[in-house]
Amino acid sequence: MNILLAGVGGQGTVLASKLLAQAAMEQGWKARTAETIGMAQRGGCVVSHVRIGDRVYSPLIPYGTADVILGFEPAEAVRCLPYLKCTGTVVAAKKAIKPVTASLSGFDYESESMLEFLHHHAGRVIAVDTDLICGQCGSPKVLNVALLGAAIGSGALPFSLEQMQQTIRRRIPVRFHDMNRKALQLGEQAAREQMEKEV
Amino acid sequence: MVKEKLLMGNEAIGLGALHAGVGFVFGYPGTPSTEILETVAKNKGEGVYVEWSVNEKAAMEAAAGAAYAGARSMVTMKQVGLNVASDPLMSLTYVGVKGGMVVVVADDPGPISSQTEQDTRHFAEFAKLPVFDPSSPEEAYQMIGDAFALSEQLGTPVLFRPTTRVCHGCVSLQMEDCSKRITPEGFIKDASRWVIFPRLTYQNHQKIEARNEKLRETFSTYRFNFLEGAGRKGIATGGISYVYTKEALQLLGQEPKLLKVGTPHPFPEALALSFLDGLEEVLVLEELDPVIERELTYLCGKHHLNVTIKGKLTGDMPNAGELSVEIARDRIGHYLDLPESSVPSLKDLPTLPVRPPVLCAGCPHRASFYAVKQAMKGKKAVFSGDIGCYTLGNAAPLDMVDTCLCMGAGITVAQGLHRVEPDAVNFSFIGDSTFFASGLTGVVNAVYNDADIVLIVLDNSTTAMTGHQPHPGTGKTVMGEFTQKISISKMLEAAGVSFVRRVNPLDLRTAIQTVQEAAAFRGVSAVIFESPCVALGKPDAVHMVDSKTCIGCGRCVRELGCPALVMENKKAKIEPDMCYGCTLCAQVCPVGAIRKGGEEA
Repeated sequence: MNILLAGVGGQGTVLASKLLAQAAMEQGWKARTAETIGMAQRGGCVVSHVRIGDRVYSPLIPYGTADVILGFEPAEAVRCLPYLKCTGTVVAAKKAIKPVTASLSGFDYESESMLEFLHHHAGRVIAVDTDLICGQCGSPKVLNVALLGAAIGSGALPFSLEQMQQTIRRRIPVRFHDMNRKALQLGEQAAREQMEKEV
Repeated sequence: MVKEKLLMGNEAIGLGALHAGVGFVFGYPGTPSTEILETVAKNKGEGVYVEWSVNEKAAMEAAAGAAYAGARSMVTMKQVGLNVASDPLMSLTYVGVKGGMVVVVADDPGPISSQTEQDTRHFAEFAKLPVFDPSSPEEAYQMIGDAFALSEQLGTPVLFRPTTRVCHGCVSLQMEDCSKRITPEGFIKDASRWVIFPRLTYQNHQKIEARNEKLRETFSTYRFNFLEGAGRKGIATGGISYVYTKEALQLLGQEPKLLKVGTPHPFPEALALSFLDGLEEVLVLEELDPVIERELTYLCGKHHLNVTIKGKLTGDMPNAGELSVEIARDRIGHYLDLPESSVPSLKDLPTLPVRPPVLCAGCPHRASFYAVKQAMKGKKAVFSGDIGCYTLGNAAPLDMVDTCLCMGAGITVAQGLHRVEPDAVNFSFIGDSTFFASGLTGVVNAVYNDADIVLIVLDNSTTAMTGHQPHPGTGKTVMGEFTQKISISKMLEAAGVSFVRRVNPLDLRTAIQTVQEAAAFRGVSAVIFESPCVALGKPDAVHMVDSKTCIGCGRCVRELGCPALVMENKKAKIEPDMCYGCTLCAQVCPVGAIRKGGEEA
């Protein structure tokens, strides 16, 4: 199983990938990840690779083999689309983070057009109103956990909500537990509701 | 007790060193090596000493001293750090050590976060030292113990070079919690051993060559050098390239004869010969320099073997940048005459935003650069930059880094520029950690030789780019102890800089005025911009744009390039989640539309 996390430096992709790898280990599977650490963390494109299974060598996911892409930002999800299997799932935040260059160069893009492109080219797309969830939880920092919740809700991850909650309790300081539990639940709920609507 | 943990490669190396009995660890932060020393600091038992040294040369020499006294010592740095530390290392080869000493140098193919794509395997050959090249975090954990054992057995420092994807990859790893304590014998005086003289160098040079020749045999049976598969067409690889190769071969369903090299220098000759035996050709997959490729080509010449060696030198593999499973699969498929793989081709993506790294919202460096830019408006000025977060001051709209070379070079490059064009004002920007690491030499050179430059010290009280390590100006050590804070302004004064001002860059008007005074001063002048890194603090009062007052001139967006500022419906807007309340935009706004808190109309 290959999960790719794509976002912008500072959005919390590294922690989300650790939670996924840790959750996999707690199920008794082998996990391997690769992170972007360094200059790109300052607002550049960041990608985390999470690979689960025994016959995995490379820390990087080969193109065309990701089962899931967690897009922390819609344009970054599009950028990483070559990694996705043709039947793969994209779980993406709706909110676009416009780079400074967009304001300066006049090149602009809309979240909707990116999400539409995802809908045309991915097996399945779950677009999450992460702004709403973060608002309900009282912090923009829970974006990563909200997306994990949505991915669980989409049925694309091999974990249950309870299993991920246990991992979060082990890995995240106690004072953030409530906030993250809520974000995980709201993300899961949002994905489920969206899928029910589509059916 | 055996425990399974999710560990980053750098954590595996740090813990592996502790489990091998390392007692003294020195280093200078640098991506991708930083977390190794931090792991040791976090997990060390009683009696283990760890420090962030002032730079890599200091770290290397201190580690050598500890090893002279019989302790197991380790020094950590990134690849360019080894250039700084090469002076002690080249000599240390000839002197040797008593306790095991491992020099961990992390290479950065790509490069992802570095100035160069240099190859430490080559440095090992140049320095005549053994080098270990782990292919995964699991292997790195095992190998670091082997490196200590070999170092101690041969009385020589040993290089250990992981690459970024090994350093920053995490794996589920089983390990025993078994930190070893070794009591060092202590330093035993022996001038014929510890004092380098031409005669000693000559004698030891002969011994080193003989030892390395013998290691070509010994390494042939080393557990992380091995052969796999069978056939007439071989593949040779090592380090992280081995796992890309393995995965590509799995995708292609092939098991050709494969040589995996874990010790590129001295090269495992006997093993390589049994690999080459019966082969027609070899494709070499490796990142950075063609080290394995050259060795194999040399062996074919030495032993009159009719085997064609293909790789970077023959144009069969890319000679720059990272390898990947995709590249490995394509090149191996072509080499083995396999039909084109049916992997879905890359989809045509829409135009995507360019997203270069930028200074954080609220970063005080933005204010410092902006103040200098405003102060020098319409004047001939050159801005020499340096290594750190503030290299990002090069991006539009600030565009305030005209040169950047290596640690500390901004101060000295400015002096050379000024000798040629004395009519320009020459600025040198340097961060606080870089100032201590390698800025002092340049300052003394400028004062001594009566250079006319303006030194701008960007003091944010931390080593920000590598993840906020303490340094001599912070008053804290990596072991959490309080220590004497070294004052940058007092050091500058002591070096003879007579114009030294300390300013808060977020006070824009004073900042601009001070820079103008410094630029008018003849000789070396210095402005120290003091404001802590925003990543260490909590957001102050978040600011907002009053859209009724905003005239939509876009000056704040256009001139500052702050990621929290955007234009929306022809008005400026501040993203509240990103704003740190630095107030710079409020000071720049011509109509006072940006204010603390308040409601947007």
